[in-house]
Amino acid sequence: MRWLLLKDLQILRRSPLQAALLVAWPILIAVLVGFAISGGSEKPRVAFLNEVPAESRISVGGEGLPAANVKNRICKRVECVEVGSREQAVSRVESGDVLAALVLPADLVEKINSLSTLDPGTPEVEVLVNEDDPVKAELVKDRIDSLLAQANLAIARRIAVEGSRYLKLLIDGGNLKLLGQSIPILGLGATARILAALEPALAPNLRASLREVIQFADQGRENLNVAGPLINRLAQPIVVDRVAVGGSSPPLEVFAIAVAATLALAFVVILLVAGSLALEREENAFPRLTRGLVSREALLTEKVLLGVAVGFVVTMLLLAGLELFVPLEWSRIGLWLVAILLGGAALGAAGAALGAAAREVRAVSLLAFMVTLPVALLSLVPAGTVGGGVYDAIRIVTALFPFKPALQAMTAALDSAGPSIGEPLLHLVVLTLAYGVIARLALRRFAAV
Amino acid sequence: MDGAATVALEARGLVKRYGAREALRGVSFEAQPGELVAVIGPNGAGKTTLLSILAGILAPDDGEVAVARGEVGWVPQQAALYRRLTVEENLLLFARLERHEDPRASVEEMLELSGLGERRSEIVARLSGGNQQRINIAVGLLSRPQVLLLDEPSVGLDPRQRAKLWEFVSGLAAVGTTVIFSTHDIQEAERYGHRLLVLADGESLFDGGPAALLEAVRAEAPEAAGRDFETAFVAYLQHRGH
Repeated sequence: MRWLLLKDLQILRRSPLQAALLVAWPILIAVLVGFAISGGSEKPRVAFLNEVPAESRISVGGEGLPAANVKNRICKRVECVEVGSREQAVSRVESGDVLAALVLPADLVEKINSLSTLDPGTPEVEVLVNEDDPVKAELVKDRIDSLLAQANLAIARRIAVEGSRYLKLLIDGGNLKLLGQSIPILGLGATARILAALEPALAPNLRASLREVIQFADQGRENLNVAGPLINRLAQPIVVDRVAVGGSSPPLEVFAIAVAATLALAFVVILLVAGSLALEREENAFPRLTRGLVSREALLTEKVLLGVAVGFVVTMLLLAGLELFVPLEWSRIGLWLVAILLGGAALGAAGAALGAAAREVRAVSLLAFMVTLPVALLSLVPAGTVGGGVYDAIRIVTALFPFKPALQAMTAALDSAGPSIGEPLLHLVVLTLAYGVIARLALRRFAAV
Repeated sequence: MDGAATVALEARGLVKRYGAREALRGVSFEAQPGELVAVIGPNGAGKTTLLSILAGILAPDDGEVAVARGEVGWVPQQAALYRRLTVEENLLLFARLERHEDPRASVEEMLELSGLGERRSEIVARLSGGNQQRINIAVGLLSRPQVLLLDEPSVGLDPRQRAKLWEFVSGLAAVGTTVIFSTHDIQEAERYGHRLLVLADGESLFDGGPAALLEAVRAEAPEAAGRDFETAFVAYLQHRGH
């Protein structure tokens, strides 16, 4: 078998285009995926005019927040181009130098601070948009809407906290700080207790009225206790309680790397195994080989080993290339090897079955693409994006081909917090055996014209 | 083959069916050491099927093949070589697969025998059809077979290449190798075959020397007796209902 393996590697070496493609493919994929996952999206340029006085502080509920923090938050999301006046902002937007301008008026902080007073104002910001590029204009709109929603939520929370503090003071009593002075507040609880203590000293005809007042104080305290949480709810009426069910999903970049690595492995292994098997027939060597020199099983095993060996080199090259863009956990290399070797074996067995069935190199190449590409794409369809029946059909189809379990094994191998690797590895072993049997059966009519 | 030391290969009652069609109908013959046996007949006569059964590639539905000793070398009609490997790499690969004790020595021997020693480093795809066929035969000879089966070895070769090929094959027979070859070319069979086996529709019509076939043709088709061998042979087949 080793001499056949050596022969196939010699043939591969003598096919410069094929060898070049095998090297270029992982590098190309690595570079594309690397740039895609490491490069951030381009930030839209936005003119930023801050007319708020530098010494202003946002103070809601007694807690201060430097106004500059607002600018920092905004400029994280967009590329801020600071301008000195509204006219400059308009000019930059009109010239197309920036897509939009955000104007924070001088009274913005003052109006925000008024929200926790008895005379609340309406804080406003101005957005000037250039809609020459509708896509980017929509991006600017979305980002500014998002920023405002966050700012509104933060302010609402502070107001709610302040409202709750006032309510607590009213219920339990305490000191209210106002204009530098501390004013004692008795509170409903203490009021009820004092009135109850006075009751025996009162004339009987007044006691009934006093009991009503005491009862009112008690009811007020109890009901206002409920009001506090209600006010807090107003700040965030809907709370998201995120619960992960059915395993954790890997980080996006890990998944992207796993997809790239599995795609490279799948195409290289399937095309190489199917093609080299079909080549044995096209070179008329199959009958000569299987006439006592090599058993059919040994020939299939040799082809799968060839695919696994070359697929392993190509996939490791790809992972090494991606390391330039995204740091990988090289301490998990043992699991990578297992995932690549078992994934390669199952893909190789599938390639052998394709090669034995299609028999001619050109037909094999076409069939390999026609099978691998759609199955790979179907394997990436997430649950919930299609109807239940369709998804069940996709699950069955993708379970019958080694791409999806190979992808799952690769993802688990790359991600330390990822799903278990055991199940996809077992799936790959089963598929290797099943496709091996199919390939062996297909070899019965392999040499026939 | 007890007591048949002079018989290198014997086929007895070979039958092969493909569905309802009978490709071979009880074909029997034997070949002596150093004998050149030509299997001739029209298309679909069963020549390739017979050689494939003798080579062990196909199993007969009935009948058996007996070989006195040693290996049976088989050379398919189309060169069974790796065209992207060199002449030497091809020979070395098959010598290794045949587990020769000294594969390189076997390669040198075959390069010498085929006369392609000087072209050992050439990629097979760049060789002429004739030279590819010589390598093809050299691979078939690597196992030093007592019997060599050649399936239409001269197809696609020009007259000069054919002459070289038959010189090479005749040389093998001269040193004791039994060569059984199939061909469409009646004159080639008459010229190089020591014995001719005529097949038609899977049936063995004649088994004997060229002179005996000529006698049989004269007897069966007297109107064609004075014409060339090929015309007389066609008339003979027609008289036999093929």
